[in-house]
Amino acid sequence: MLIYSMKRLGLAVLVSLAVSFISFSLLYLSGDPATAMAGETASSEDIEAIRTLYGFDRPIMVQYADWLARAVTGDLGRSLYFNAPVTEMIAERLPTTMMLGVCAILFAIILAVPLGVIAAMRPNSVVDRFALLLSVIGQAMPSFWFALVLIVILNVNLGWLPTSGSDTWAHFVMPTIVLGYYATPAIMRLTRAGMLDVLSADYIRTARAKGLSPGSVLFKHALRNAIIPVVSLAAVQFGFMLGGSIVVETVFALHGAGLLAWESISRNDLPTVQAVILVFSMIYIVLTFLSDLLNAWLDPRVRVG
Amino acid sequence: MNIKLLPRGVVLSGLIAAGLLAAPGAAFAGKADDTLNLAFDRELESLDNYFNTAREGIIVSRLVWDGLLYRNPETFAYEPNLATAWEYVDDTTLDLTLREGVTFHNGEPFDADDVVYTLNWVADPENGVKTQRNVSWIEGAEKLGDFKVRLKMKAPFPAALEYLSGPVVMYPNEYYAEAGPEGMGVKPVGTGPYKVTEVEPGRRFVFELNENYYDGSPKGKPSIGKLVVRTIQDSNTRLAELLSGGLDWIWRVPVDQAERLASRDQFSLVNAASMRIGYIYMDAAGRTGENPFQNKLVRQAVAHAINRQGIVDALLKGESEVVHSACFPTQVGCTQDVTKYEYNPEKAKELMAEAGYADGFTMKFSAYRERPFAEAMISNLNAIGITTEFEYLKYAALRDKIRAGEVPMGFMTWGSYSINDVSAITSNFFKLSSDDYAQDEEVRDLLEKGDTNIDTSVREAAYSAALSKIADEAYWLPLFSYNIWYAFTKDLEFTPTQDEIPRFFTAKWK
Repeated sequence: MLIYSMKRLGLAVLVSLAVSFISFSLLYLSGDPATAMAGETASSEDIEAIRTLYGFDRPIMVQYADWLARAVTGDLGRSLYFNAPVTEMIAERLPTTMMLGVCAILFAIILAVPLGVIAAMRPNSVVDRFALLLSVIGQAMPSFWFALVLIVILNVNLGWLPTSGSDTWAHFVMPTIVLGYYATPAIMRLTRAGMLDVLSADYIRTARAKGLSPGSVLFKHALRNAIIPVVSLAAVQFGFMLGGSIVVETVFALHGAGLLAWESISRNDLPTVQAVILVFSMIYIVLTFLSDLLNAWLDPRVRVG
Repeated sequence: MNIKLLPRGVVLSGLIAAGLLAAPGAAFAGKADDTLNLAFDRELESLDNYFNTAREGIIVSRLVWDGLLYRNPETFAYEPNLATAWEYVDDTTLDLTLREGVTFHNGEPFDADDVVYTLNWVADPENGVKTQRNVSWIEGAEKLGDFKVRLKMKAPFPAALEYLSGPVVMYPNEYYAEAGPEGMGVKPVGTGPYKVTEVEPGRRFVFELNENYYDGSPKGKPSIGKLVVRTIQDSNTRLAELLSGGLDWIWRVPVDQAERLASRDQFSLVNAASMRIGYIYMDAAGRTGENPFQNKLVRQAVAHAINRQGIVDALLKGESEVVHSACFPTQVGCTQDVTKYEYNPEKAKELMAEAGYADGFTMKFSAYRERPFAEAMISNLNAIGITTEFEYLKYAALRDKIRAGEVPMGFMTWGSYSINDVSAITSNFFKLSSDDYAQDEEVRDLLEKGDTNIDTSVREAAYSAALSKIADEAYWLPLFSYNIWYAFTKDLEFTPTQDEIPRFFTAKWK
């Protein structure tokens, strides 16, 4: 188990490095930060001055190494746009994003697991078909579009929920539904598949033959085993929720880290974009690492293989 | 996530239309509690007037601070604001008499010390003012009396009054010396019609009426008690907030949404021109290497090929119009009396043949905004035999490539920073800078003459000659002016201005 953990940890570190380098180079290719900083009316001399001042004229590897060395100590640089420490800005906005992410993944689990179980109990029934339809729609529908459908119905027409901002719990309802719905299909399909597998297993037949109640068979014996992969999937989906919050936060004007990322991209605010990508991918990598460990602990076959 | 690269406007039109038709009459809270709820579409990096570059910063600046002069938004004449009189001593020296009895929001009295401090502070490059072009012409200022100052310019600068009536606003010296840009950015203090009472950076600003705003200001006395400004990036979300009563005023409404909103008669919809114009430039100087645009006939062919009126009628609509000169019509020195190229594809083809390109050629064509406009232009170009390799980039990336001399032809736009003077546009692009693809020394000399002479008639003659040559040579094909749709509650009396700076201090409840 220890060797397995160390292997996974090493892999996680390598992935983090790769992610940080790729994001660093891609952003560099997408445009010159000096031009974006100087604004539309700046002359070429202004831009040249900014380029030298901020060191954008150095080779990219040098800039990356410099950035990485500081990042390791927790200094992610200053936002070019706000002229404030990026770490502070992210710390201020991450709670909104985390809150949204947690609500969304809970919503997805609460919706998807029961649906998956019911669908597995009656494969190819109306319920199963309905669950399939729901997941196909969830997978196919762009979230900004779904968000606007909800806004039109729940805000404009019915006036039940506020549209933009993050002042009260009510502001989180629509964003949670939109973001959570996106994670629903995967969790539901996996629950259904797991349940179908388990329900046809010998030990379930044995349990039934012993005369256990159907509820006891379903929840105590079947679901417990079927849910193992779902747990690790949910952890990974939570990472997706954080990334997906970029679109949702923009539509609902939630002042979170996703919106910061989106705006910073269009402003060529390199240190901020790099920092948000780093933080998001770190959270994702940690979640994946934890779910690997969890899986290995729950299922010994994983760590042997 | 499914961020599909679909034309969102198209996808959403039906949806929003459905919402519009079904929406019940919303109750508006704005007038009842004397609060105007507005939305900006991007975050302001700082509220300090000298440390932000966005249009929203200009709007805030007019609310919170005053300039020495004020540009009348209708007549474009300069009126006394914090200065009551001004006089040129020589080409580079301006003496100003200041208004007495004005106080800043924090109670600090306004006098010559504030003006001298502000001008000297912003003129010092060490202080790193972000919008350098607004202040780099100032040499410094000295105090001549408690209410009299002398402003020195680095060189004759005829647009001085324009800048003093706009972006160069006056700060309280004692407060700014202590608070600096960081303090001013979160707790601004000025003399303007509104004071800032709450700031959540990037999220929400609250402005309250300055009940001590001085009599006789050209801006007039403010009327609405409170302005609450939030940041909402998505135009559909802003529209939904307007429909449900969360916002009382929105702008930059896409034309399709504006038309539908207008049809239901629940909101006031007003369209106004903005100072932004679109243009196509061509590499006449051969900066990208040997290319067909070095031949004047080819450039003129392009000018005849683009159906500018068609694009205005079908896509821009509103107050937009075709422009013929490389500037915005209201700008000082901007004449439209230049060679005009009417839409005539046949003539364009003849010119192409005469230039030796009867079979056409292939050319890279770049743009950064309004893809549908660019596509219309591409089909016009294709019709005369120019095959385009279209490249759509982010602004910063495209501007860099242009400056590096890598883009032979592009559809670009320019907003002149709301400066009503030709020097803010034509001089930016035709004085042999890295943005200049004409590299015409004669044009440069004419513009230089206009930029540095304070005699208006000399300036106008010089600019007119420069603009005529630009049009004759078809270095640029000026396309059209832009327009902006404003939508707001019927309770509100609001008049948009041509300079794209909404003035909430003149707004009233009906």
